[in-house]
Amino acid sequence: MDAIAIENAFQEKIDKDLNIEPKDQMPEKYRLHLIRQISQHAHSEVIGMQPEGNWITRAPSLRSKQILLAKIQDEGGHGLYLYSAAETLGISREEMIEQLHSGKAKYSNIFNYPSLNWADIGAIGWLVDGAAIVNQVSLQRTSYGPYARAMVRICKEESFHQRQGYEIMANMMKGTNEQKAMAQDAMNRWWWPSLMMFGPHDSDSPNSGNAFKWKIKRQSNDVLRQRFIDKTVQQAEVIGLSIPDKDLKWNEEKQCYDHGEINWEEFNQVINGNGPCNKQRMAHHIKYHNEGAWVREAAAAYQKHINELN
Amino acid sequence: MTKQEALYQYLLQLGDNALIQSHRLSEWCSKGPILEEDLALTNIALDYIGRAQNLLHYAGEVEGKGQSADQLAYRRPEHQYYNNLIAEMPKGDFAFTIAKQLLISTYELLLYTELCHSKDETLAGIAGKAIKEVRYHWTHSRDWCYRLGKGTVLSNELLQQAVNDLWMYTGEQFEMGAEEELMLKEVIGCDNKALQNKWLEMVETVLSDSNIKIPTATYNQSGGRKGIHTENMGHILSEMQYLQRAYPEAIW
Ligand SMILES: [Fe+2]
Ligand SMILES: [Fe+2]
Repeated sequence: MDAIAIENAFQEKIDKDLNIEPKDQMPEKYRLHLIRQISQHAHSEVIGMQPEGNWITRAPSLRSKQILLAKIQDEGGHGLYLYSAAETLGISREEMIEQLHSGKAKYSNIFNYPSLNWADIGAIGWLVDGAAIVNQVSLQRTSYGPYARAMVRICKEESFHQRQGYEIMANMMKGTNEQKAMAQDAMNRWWWPSLMMFGPHDSDSPNSGNAFKWKIKRQSNDVLRQRFIDKTVQQAEVIGLSIPDKDLKWNEEKQCYDHGEINWEEFNQVINGNGPCNKQRMAHHIKYHNEGAWVREAAAAYQKHINELN
Repeated sequence: MTKQEALYQYLLQLGDNALIQSHRLSEWCSKGPILEEDLALTNIALDYIGRAQNLLHYAGEVEGKGQSADQLAYRRPEHQYYNNLIAEMPKGDFAFTIAKQLLISTYELLLYTELCHSKDETLAGIAGKAIKEVRYHWTHSRDWCYRLGKGTVLSNELLQQAVNDLWMYTGEQFEMGAEEELMLKEVIGCDNKALQNKWLEMVETVLSDSNIKIPTATYNQSGGRKGIHTENMGHILSEMQYLQRAYPEAIW
């Protein structure tokens, strides 16, 4: 089949809402788009372990340490599923990590912000995982089978994380004045970056055409962002946290919240490497990846030795 | 020393070993040589936190003064922690962590097998759960000893160095304090001394199968049972206890 015939057969499948599987023929641009998106998603899970890992040894109770460690472990597991999903498209994990280190592959901007007090652990679970879920629920119906299936598995765990994060925030809001101040401080710092997780306004994201046509993306940035805001504002009110947006108000006519303008200048700065932790996060990943090289070499040498014996 | 006091002390020792080892393993989070190992090490850390929680909770009950597991984990001064010094050794490189885990897990395999038969039913129950986890920890560290020991020249050297550096902290595991003698008499605790030969045999087998030499040095450093620690301990506690100490009124 020539390229046009392949593309037509492919699009027919997509239009019938059938999943694309690894062995199916697919346009090269679809394959590359998915590799970029899935590897970015995998790297985000892994880089996200850093701001949360920052509090592991200082978690204030055995239970909170257990929950946090298990949560970070889940995120690492998400990274593994997603690396595997991307590998079905003909790229190795090692190549993806190289692309991360060279800057060719990105990860979610949100992890370029620091986790500064214990309530940040609550805010990350509640807001960051909360925003991720809204996006990922939508991706459960994405057209590439292995990615869609990874999302189903991941979403179940993400909603746990979100509830556990909210529980931390709720407990702190019931606590001492110092705890309440920590919770509000975390809210103030994580709210806007969480909204930015959904990406630019629909009017400013010209590249989503193919993503919609191929049903990789099923709902627009602004639709998803609005869904997140509407569910989260109410949750904040219940526990007495205020949203750091003076323009936020209920719109009776549209039956949703209007929000203030997002600082896109900051968004672009962070995307372009100038966030508070960009350099730190990447340096950390590179350092430990390099430090682990001798371990990976030893494991490979041992495996070779075993294979030779058998 | 009453039986109750001895049991309290005994549970603190067991609980503190788990607590401090979990702390060190949790330091691997996001720093593993490969993602799968990052997860494996934090998984072991999670087992240890669970065990620490069970043991310290029971210690608080035995003491009868209303101390929770968290109060015992986060509010004691340094000299009232009774873990073996080997637990508080810094995480080091991957070879160090693996060697440390092998030396500890081999001991725990023998210890918790015995404690499953403790006349104290609560302790026997905790041991029954722990032994399943310990078997996995032991297998995991054994398999990595093989890989590192027989992998490359460098990995063999690093594992040998780690075993050499840790060796002087292994003997402490087999000491018997007054509370342990009493626990042994009551058929609640176990005879640590009796475990040592079997421990050495098991460790020697794994290490020689990994092309690693058993150190010949005989000097042993101890003090954990008396609450006399290495300089590492204060730093572990200053991190671990930070929020509990800085905001004593807060409930987390
Ligand atoms: Fe995740
Ligand atoms: Fe999550």
